[in-house]
Amino acid sequence: MSVLENVLDQYSSRVYKNRKEHMVDVNNNENNNQIAANVRTIPGIITQRGCCYAGCKGVVLGPIKDALQIVHGPIGCSYYAWGTRRHKGKTEEGVDNYLQYSFSTDMQEPDIVFGGEKKLKKAIAEAVDLFHPSTIFICSTCPVGLIGDDIHAVAKAAEKEYGIKCIAYSCEGYKGVSQSAGHHIANNQIMRYVIGEGDREIKSKFAVNILGEYNIGGDGWETERILKRIGYEVVSTFTGDSSIEDLKNAHKANLSLVQCHRSINYIAEMIEERYGIPWMKVNFIGVQGTIETLRNIAKYFNDEELTAKTEVVIADEIGLIADDMAYYKSKLKGKTAAIYVGGSRAHHYQFLLHDLGVSTILAGYEFGHRDEYEGREVLPFIKPDADSKNIESITVEPDKEKYHLYLPEEEINKLKEEKLIDYYGGMIKDMANGTYMVDDLNHFETEEFLKRLKPDIFFSGIKDKFVAQKSGILSRQLHSYDYSGPYSGFRGAVNFARDVTMGIYTPAWSFVKAPWKNTPVLEGTLGGE
Amino acid sequence: MLDYTKKEKYDRTALRVNPAKTCQPVGAMYAALGVHECMPHSHGSQGCCAFHRMFLTRHFKDPAMASTSSFTEGASVFGGGSNLKTAAKNIFDIYNPKIIAVHTTCLSETIGDDLNAFIQDIDIPEGKYMVHTNTPSYKGSHITGFSNMVASFISYLSVSSGNKNGKAVLMPGFVNPGDMRELKRLATALGVSYTMLPDTSGVLDSPMTGKFEMYPKGGTTVEEIIALGNSELTLAFGKFASEAGAETLKKKCGVPYNLLPIPIGISRTDEYIIALQAFSKTEVPYDIEEERGQLVDILIDIHPYTYNKKVAIFGDPDTVLGITEFVLEMGMIPKYVLTGTPGDAFVSAAEALFTKFGVDGCIAKAGGDLYELHQWIKEDGIDLIIGGTHGKHIARAEDIPFIRAGFPIIDRYIHSYMPLVGYKGGMRLAEMITNALMDRQDRDALEEDFEMVM
Repeated sequence: MSVLENVLDQYSSRVYKNRKEHMVDVNNNENNNQIAANVRTIPGIITQRGCCYAGCKGVVLGPIKDALQIVHGPIGCSYYAWGTRRHKGKTEEGVDNYLQYSFSTDMQEPDIVFGGEKKLKKAIAEAVDLFHPSTIFICSTCPVGLIGDDIHAVAKAAEKEYGIKCIAYSCEGYKGVSQSAGHHIANNQIMRYVIGEGDREIKSKFAVNILGEYNIGGDGWETERILKRIGYEVVSTFTGDSSIEDLKNAHKANLSLVQCHRSINYIAEMIEERYGIPWMKVNFIGVQGTIETLRNIAKYFNDEELTAKTEVVIADEIGLIADDMAYYKSKLKGKTAAIYVGGSRAHHYQFLLHDLGVSTILAGYEFGHRDEYEGREVLPFIKPDADSKNIESITVEPDKEKYHLYLPEEEINKLKEEKLIDYYGGMIKDMANGTYMVDDLNHFETEEFLKRLKPDIFFSGIKDKFVAQKSGILSRQLHSYDYSGPYSGFRGAVNFARDVTMGIYTPAWSFVKAPWKNTPVLEGTLGGE
Repeated sequence: MLDYTKKEKYDRTALRVNPAKTCQPVGAMYAALGVHECMPHSHGSQGCCAFHRMFLTRHFKDPAMASTSSFTEGASVFGGGSNLKTAAKNIFDIYNPKIIAVHTTCLSETIGDDLNAFIQDIDIPEGKYMVHTNTPSYKGSHITGFSNMVASFISYLSVSSGNKNGKAVLMPGFVNPGDMRELKRLATALGVSYTMLPDTSGVLDSPMTGKFEMYPKGGTTVEEIIALGNSELTLAFGKFASEAGAETLKKKCGVPYNLLPIPIGISRTDEYIIALQAFSKTEVPYDIEEERGQLVDILIDIHPYTYNKKVAIFGDPDTVLGITEFVLEMGMIPKYVLTGTPGDAFVSAAEALFTKFGVDGCIAKAGGDLYELHQWIKEDGIDLIIGGTHGKHIARAEDIPFIRAGFPIIDRYIHSYMPLVGYKGGMRLAEMITNALMDRQDRDALEEDFEMVM
């Protein structure tokens, strides 16, 4: 039996049938590497997935520092999203920063019975009095959708009454099948009410947005540092260390760089439709990944000086980290890894591991769709199901005034054909034959795969981290970087290599088995002699 | 840091800012993890379960296993009965627990899922169990959820056979595994035979063995919970977390209870020791008296550094009251005492302590939040903050020493192994408090005042 069969075989037939579709033995499976993704988890199965609210408030909106974000619901949801997702944000002169605060309506039983709109209105009034924010977000939680509070009407009324921006997000936890639904809901509202409103002057024609970068551990800052060194102007970052003031101007850039495809491709596409700005899938994780990305961006802008500067910066940055990377590679070469995380990271980190001589033998996404696995060519073949139909999808028209093309249309089309822009190839094309790809890897499967594949490292989130470690396998969190970072770009690669090396070589691993478990220490005599 | 917090008083009635509590289900999940071979199950959308597991894992740095009914929109409209049925089948099938402990979320509560009826309808395998508790997130706090789960275990399982088993029931309340171990150690030292419910020691502080165990050695067994009905007496620690469980056991099986405060500090530990002694009718062993004497000795030694120092304490009600009494025993002034969990009993208990020790001008509040605590601190400063991780922003903003005690502590390690209860716990707490204050004195000293001996 193959490894996959072995794992699956322990399930009941119904679970077997369902989970089988989520597993791929790369280039060895009958289904031509097709994978099931973005579908419901099975009740009772210990999934690591979160909810729609987590994707909306926790991931996409959370890092927007100058929006005061009121979570309308019982206290828990707001509490768990308070400072726990690790999107760093600097306090700047003239820009509000509410990242250290948690705001909730803390709904009580009477609010559920009689409706919570009154309390929400009052909460907004109090927030305005106390904090004088320029923007308020309202995020709804499960019971709010059920009792039918109209948070959008409340938001509209608040805009009028206080002369501020107030945006509501119907991101009740039960919507969709994972965090992914929440990303989409957040994207829609930011597109509707934020982007395109700014009139900041853009100084450089090499102006880019960074999309799908949440600044975990300062990743966004490291990426920005490199881009600026080359000569790019970063108009806005979605949404790490971001502000409404920046996001408003996103329509002025000439290219959108998409780091996390899953969480933000909706905005990337809509920006292109409305403003003519193409998007490029980038990856700033890994040395080679970063180099390739920088060259691709330069290719798009097609400017001799910029291209030359790109090479100078690459050469210089590599020079600065070469010794460190060589040292860490010597320590890590030949090790194997399994990665289960996010909706892009499981792909990105394989590049960085490859730089260090570590091969990835199992990878999967927590909330990815089929295009993150199989590439965007699969999009026409994805059938919408009831769960995806429930999430609003908006279409946009070109904006007559603000639409602009950096390159002539035929050149854009050429780049599209070359798959340099508006394309993401997905993870599987970068995975070796005989490796495994598993969607929504659950606890049981994690345990089984770890037992069978025995990777040296398991990259995951906090919920499964200690499961791996208790079984003697190093685990590093790739959602929070275990409070280290940045891991992006050139310097980030060294940080990552250092963290993995210290994890592998930590002396405590050698004490896991008590000595008396291996050698007999009891001495006795036989027959009283 | 927290730049928008102003000291001016403002009466908020709708906006909660920086809460000092969270919702019921996480407490229920924690309690269920304290039962051996139990799978806590969250009946609602899967995000709740993910958040709660994340939070417990971050506090304990150990796996917190739990499953979910994975509601989608359909279940939210038509009810979660079939989700629970499927879940139960899969859980018994794949994870093979002895018992599934279901708690609700605000979603399943709002649609009015009748868990009792659902469970009646489920085919539970021979020798296995399934229990539930209601944990609406819009009522009480995580402490309420903990308390509800403990009570539900008893009302589902415990029976009285008519034969007393000579045991005491220890209901430790929402404390760390390290505390539970210490409570048990003292009971054993006093010759008391007991069952602890719940008991997360061994589960959330399990050893590294190189092998992951879904159900580690620790936890109260189902058999033990059933037999609770035959116990002689319950010692329930903390009104908020344990009274409901003790009351349920009394009503159902006639086991009387003695409601004790969580034994943090000298007199509260004394109370516990006396209760144990009354139960076992043995002499207090010298070892325990020695520990007590050591703690008193320590408090006298350190008094120049602690006396009249003002402190703010926040967190869970039973724990905060314990720390409050201990700092009063140390001669400190618990200037602000705050819990996020609602309940007037907290305020009256805190005020009784202020009166007992004759301190004036202290404020106690239940159902408060950290924004308000910060406002008080800005209004009239203090020397030390004691509470969970969320206090670190205030500590930094106001440059006040901060020690971590209670739940949650997600930015430090090892705390969950170390007790706050008992005389030993008192020594640890005294050490943390004194060192924090003395570190500050060193830091602030002029060079010529910087001492080798203190």
